[in-house]
Amino acid sequence: MLYREAGQFKTSYAADQAIFTIPQDRAAFWILLALGFIAIPLVASEYVLLTIMIPFLVFALAAIGLNILTGYAGQLSLGTGGFMAVGAFTAYKLTTALPGLDIVFVFLLSGLVAAAVGIVFGLPSLRIKGFYLAVATLAAQFFLIWLFNKLPWFSNYSPSGVIGAPPRAALGLVTVTGAEASPVAKYLFTLAFVAILALAAKNLVRGRFGRSWMAIRDMDIAAEIIGIRPLNAKLSAFAVSSFYVGIAGALWAFIYTGGVEALAFDIDRSFQILFMIIIGGLGSILGSFLGAAFITLLPILLDRGGEALGLPVPVNVLTNLEDMIFGGLIILFLIAEPRGLARLWQIGKEKLRLWPFPH
Amino acid sequence: MTFIKSAICALAGATALCGGFAAAAWAQNEQFIPRLVYRTGPYAPNGIPFADGYADYLDMLNARDGGVDGVKLVYEECEDGYNNDKGVECYERLKGKGPTGAALVDPLSTGITYALIERATADKVPIVSMGYGRADASYGPVFPYVFTYPVTYWEGADAIITYIAQQEGGVAKLKGKKIGLIYHDSAYGKEPIATLEKLAQLDGFTFEKFPVSPPGIDQKATWLQIRQKRPNWMLMWGWGVMNSTAIKEAAAVGYPMDHFIGIWWSGAEPDVAPAGKAGIGYKAAVFHGTGTDFGVIRDIKHYLYDKGQGKTKVDKIGEVLYVRGVINALYDMEALHTAHKKFGNKPLTGEQVRWGLENLDLTAARITELGAEGLIAPMKISCENHGGHGLVRMQQWDGAHWKYASDWIEPHHDLLDPMYKASALAYAKEKNITPRDCSKTQS
Repeated sequence: MLYREAGQFKTSYAADQAIFTIPQDRAAFWILLALGFIAIPLVASEYVLLTIMIPFLVFALAAIGLNILTGYAGQLSLGTGGFMAVGAFTAYKLTTALPGLDIVFVFLLSGLVAAAVGIVFGLPSLRIKGFYLAVATLAAQFFLIWLFNKLPWFSNYSPSGVIGAPPRAALGLVTVTGAEASPVAKYLFTLAFVAILALAAKNLVRGRFGRSWMAIRDMDIAAEIIGIRPLNAKLSAFAVSSFYVGIAGALWAFIYTGGVEALAFDIDRSFQILFMIIIGGLGSILGSFLGAAFITLLPILLDRGGEALGLPVPVNVLTNLEDMIFGGLIILFLIAEPRGLARLWQIGKEKLRLWPFPH
Repeated sequence: MTFIKSAICALAGATALCGGFAAAAWAQNEQFIPRLVYRTGPYAPNGIPFADGYADYLDMLNARDGGVDGVKLVYEECEDGYNNDKGVECYERLKGKGPTGAALVDPLSTGITYALIERATADKVPIVSMGYGRADASYGPVFPYVFTYPVTYWEGADAIITYIAQQEGGVAKLKGKKIGLIYHDSAYGKEPIATLEKLAQLDGFTFEKFPVSPPGIDQKATWLQIRQKRPNWMLMWGWGVMNSTAIKEAAAVGYPMDHFIGIWWSGAEPDVAPAGKAGIGYKAAVFHGTGTDFGVIRDIKHYLYDKGQGKTKVDKIGEVLYVRGVINALYDMEALHTAHKKFGNKPLTGEQVRWGLENLDLTAARITELGAEGLIAPMKISCENHGGHGLVRMQQWDGAHWKYASDWIEPHHDLLDPMYKASALAYAKEKNITPRDCSKTQS
């Protein structure tokens, strides 16, 4: 009943090709955007903005990046953390070398550098596939982190190898990095970046590029026969994916923590993002957001939930309990729907379409 | 803005979003201390005794004196697992609690300290990174809210080299020697490298680096490399399971234990005990005493353990890290006491506690009064110097106890102070900070 499409006719190609073809979906999308851009900054506390919303958004962006590579183009990658580090360290080097350059361009440029590095490490994908490619990207992960640890030039010879975000303004208007920046400014800046890039990704995967990626994913020989060049398809997937992941890394270092070491982007980070897209749904932009929310928000909610109940449990017991519940939930969700939360949402929509008269 | 916010909150009833989470009512005469602890994960063997010692000291003060100058102490622990992201979340969660907010924060992790320096400075919450964290933050004019006393990693590295020179029979004998450093490959482990490189240049020894990726459970390859290069002395900057693994591996490749020296975070019972007899002779730098034969430890036993209330088992309360937790709490509470003298005996804001920290003056007489004679050395903090005395001495493991192996060693302040200043000023330049003028900020 809620999703009844009867009587909705599309009279133009534009309407037929829209991202959200159903008015209900369109309404929901605009409500979500209004919630994100207006309601949350008005209502949410500093704690919620800084430690829940910003990391969630950054992870969502990284998950979109990995989803383009793994979910759409079918190239399994374990190098996400390394590409995030490229973004973060490039942004740091750029902004300390050219303090006058606007932070928006710094982030976009560091995304481009990450894309270039992504192409280099994507070259093996032309010859190797599947798990073997995962091992090759694992090499990228370890090499990049080693490089940033080894060469003090990347952290401007800081004795501990930590890079800190200097205060910078976005488009010359508001300061968004550094400790003096207001939480609302940081949040809105991150949200704007993520929203625009997510929209771009959505359109990209619906277009020629996305179709060639999916053709390669589904069967590369068949794709080659119908005229898709694997070289272009695979390397463009690596480039676009690394661009997104690199910007996510720069946002992580500059907006969220304000100071990171290369260790913040170790192999655990790569796995974390891989788990996000597996749980959220491979080959789905919505799934990237759902997966990021599941992995980042659930542990905090469990933690705060235990606290809110006022149980006299010591912190160590609570932490172990949380890990067990979290693990259990992951298994439960994957058994209930192996294709991720995005698929679960799709099924839910189908059900809503028929509800309350399933026959 | 605040009005709109509260109006929307009231309408929506979204307490979860608005108030952070359920806001508890706070008694007016309570001082809130946030506690970032790690009682789980690979660093738990070291995190637990420290957290227990800190908590026991606060509980003892509440039981014995009703808090500090009559202001009751309340604290809340948040588990961060030695993870930087989680540590930031814990800090944000706890910083606003209590009637006046967090008094100060002890991150007990160099990584978390780095992540918090800017945040806490903006929030006006002092960071006490006791013997860890960012060494150049001991230059007070650039880092008003960070305190690194009583000693930094740079001073630790310098003192250990001085000790080695003593053992070899003079600084001149260091020429041509090979000194290795096995370290936790993170901000923490890298902190002494610049100092050691500088000393290698000055004293003419060769310096070799052996990084270990955290958490450091697998060190086989590293120790094979060490065996090949045969350094005359080995230094260690490790933490958690990395320490005990390194000592076991060192024994396995036959490295002489009395030439293996750890920093103070690599010299406690959980580090040497798993190695058994192989760990005998291992040395570590330390900035305080250990054992139970001190007034303050006896008080903890009397007021808590004799009543069955302590956080741990009574036979653990003389251990190195437990005592270090007690000392951290003692320094912190002494800062509160100092600030009470200026602002009155009431719960203090972070800004007021900062004044107390900067004007901390622990004389020998005051240390005796606190029951910590022989446990800590006298120390005076100032606007210029947030780093304390910098005194270090060596201790050695005899299989059952840690015994002192040297007298107090004075670091080379003439060498290190300009290094702190140069590094801090470089930071200030990068962050557009104007250093304070210390002649104007006193009291």
